[in-house]
Amino acid sequence: MATTSLRPCGDFRTTYQQDTVIFDTRNSRRAMILFLVVLYAMVLIPILSPGVEDAPVLGALFAPFTNAQYLSLAIQACYWGIAALGLNILVGFTGQISLGHAAFFGIGAFGSAYLNNTYGIPVVLSIPLAGVLAAVVGLLFGSPAARIKGLYLAIATLAAQFIIEDLFIRLDWFTGGSYGSLANSIELFGITFDTDPKFFLFALTITIVLFVAAANLMRTRDGRAFVAVRDHYLSAEVMGINLTKYRVLSFGISSFYAGIGGALYGHYLGFVSAEGFTILLSIQFLGIIIIGGLGSVMGAMLGTIFMVLLPEVMAGGVDIIASTEWGNTPMITNGLAFFKEMAIGAAIILFLIFEPDGLAHRWRLIKAYWKLYPFSY
Amino acid sequence: MDLFFQLLINGIIVGTLYGVVAMCFVLIYKSTQVVNFAQGEFLLIGAWICWTILVQFEVPFVFGFLITLAFMAALGIFIQMVVLRPMIGEPIISVIMVTIGLSIFMRAFSNWMFGQSAVGFPDVFGMNAVNIGGLRVEPAYLMSFVVSLFIMGGFFYFFKYSRYGLAMRATAFNQQVAQSLGISVKQVFAMAWAISAMVSALAGVVVGMVNGVSSALSFIGIKVFPAVILGGLDSIIGAVVGGLIVGVLENMAEYVDGQFLYWGNMLTIAPFWVLIIILVVKPYGLFGTKDIERV
Repeated sequence: MATTSLRPCGDFRTTYQQDTVIFDTRNSRRAMILFLVVLYAMVLIPILSPGVEDAPVLGALFAPFTNAQYLSLAIQACYWGIAALGLNILVGFTGQISLGHAAFFGIGAFGSAYLNNTYGIPVVLSIPLAGVLAAVVGLLFGSPAARIKGLYLAIATLAAQFIIEDLFIRLDWFTGGSYGSLANSIELFGITFDTDPKFFLFALTITIVLFVAAANLMRTRDGRAFVAVRDHYLSAEVMGINLTKYRVLSFGISSFYAGIGGALYGHYLGFVSAEGFTILLSIQFLGIIIIGGLGSVMGAMLGTIFMVLLPEVMAGGVDIIASTEWGNTPMITNGLAFFKEMAIGAAIILFLIFEPDGLAHRWRLIKAYWKLYPFSY
Repeated sequence: MDLFFQLLINGIIVGTLYGVVAMCFVLIYKSTQVVNFAQGEFLLIGAWICWTILVQFEVPFVFGFLITLAFMAALGIFIQMVVLRPMIGEPIISVIMVTIGLSIFMRAFSNWMFGQSAVGFPDVFGMNAVNIGGLRVEPAYLMSFVVSLFIMGGFFYFFKYSRYGLAMRATAFNQQVAQSLGISVKQVFAMAWAISAMVSALAGVVVGMVNGVSSALSFIGIKVFPAVILGGLDSIIGAVVGGLIVGVLENMAEYVDGQFLYWGNMLTIAPFWVLIIILVVKPYGLFGTKDIERV
């Protein structure tokens, strides 16, 4: 949100319109649009003219955008980012705690696959429908949120996580039970989004739409009501905000985002199984928004990128340690999976202690520093 | 009918263990206002440390056990000082998340250090199964029951009659008043974590003797939530009663499921359904104090 950014002194906002603008300056909006256009172009060009990445000079430029590993990480950042943004609307903006986000993510994944496989609804339509389905379940489990808050809500959503996880295995007409269910790839206007670059473009488009929607939601009456409920629920109620409505609505919106993210995940992998939606994923989502910054739309994406890259960095680190003489022990080389988990836990703890406002805050500080460099006063 | 009674006894014994762990949880919540999501990891680490000392270093049980307790007390104080002290005054989401982060870190660390598969404890007591009223009861179970009762009595004595117990109750009642009366709140916080970690480790060792030590131990930390919510978050008696009810209830669910319903997995999932229902119907539990909010 623009409201908390640092600006030079003497630069005041005089209208509400200025105060709620998403990008502070025209240049920052242009830079963002330029970045996205270049990103689209760099992925699109190798699709349209295959072989361009093997060209002598230009090829090096396109190489990262055709690299399968990078692309799959980028796609992961897209569907995690969408779900994390939903959680940030719930936790960061409305102040409700949810430990069951992975369950709603899973409902989206199973729901979209189910609607597509059973009723033949095209995937493009089944993805938003899965979002709606997750929202409905979210409203159901969020309805206790009307009465309980804080810690009690956290424990209630923890229970919801385990119950829904159990239902994924139990309801085999819906999920395929312990075998899981297949999800078809996305088709639109006769194009099948079956390869990584194509799927990335599709996921990126949805991500942009949903992020812009969330940024704009926070500028509306409802968005301000969410923030008011978070900051002081009593004052909010006195000012005429219906607490029950906004708490439950926030649950619904957050589950909708989780559902869309989950549906993308399912159609990307082509296969959904109940093991993918454990409490660890819920905690990862919470970690993302804490690392990125609670109550920040951009923070959700920054945190997601951090969380997606963290295992890769750990893998790289383990490779380096294992290549040295003393580090090449089975303890180190077999411990990668545990190091990844430990890194998640450690990152959450360290960010909470040393940078409670997250990467979004750090990013603002860096921008403010360079804006006035080298004369900071 | 035999199965019914067997499960009932199992439920009572497991329930007292849940009660002990729930008591540790409530102890931390009451005196430091921290919801400890890493309670199960204390059990896990305590059991593994004890196992390592007994099996790898072949120390006699009594000494090994004392070393474990000392280590766990140090660990509890360390965590309180390094991780939770900076969190004082932070919003509840930060406090919850920092203990969740701790729990992930500690679980992954112990899985890495000690492995994930279940390992049997050395047979310390070397007794055969005891026959009670026609039912075979493992001595380890019986011992865990006795130990649990003993801990509960100890807690009761500590809080009711000892000087430190009084200081803790005072801190739980009102931190500022306690501080102005000369109680070191920092010390009380550290003590709460140390006691909680020690007693959890004890429970972990007992469960480890019965079921073997494995990463599944940490799940008890999650099973504790239905117990404490049922009993009321800030009531020690409530924790014991809640633990007993949850232990019996999950075994009864198992019985009903095995005999009539055939849904499967009810042992794990039934407490969570109960948890949701309690939170909707009676969120402050059986013995908890109601938050009265005035405008």
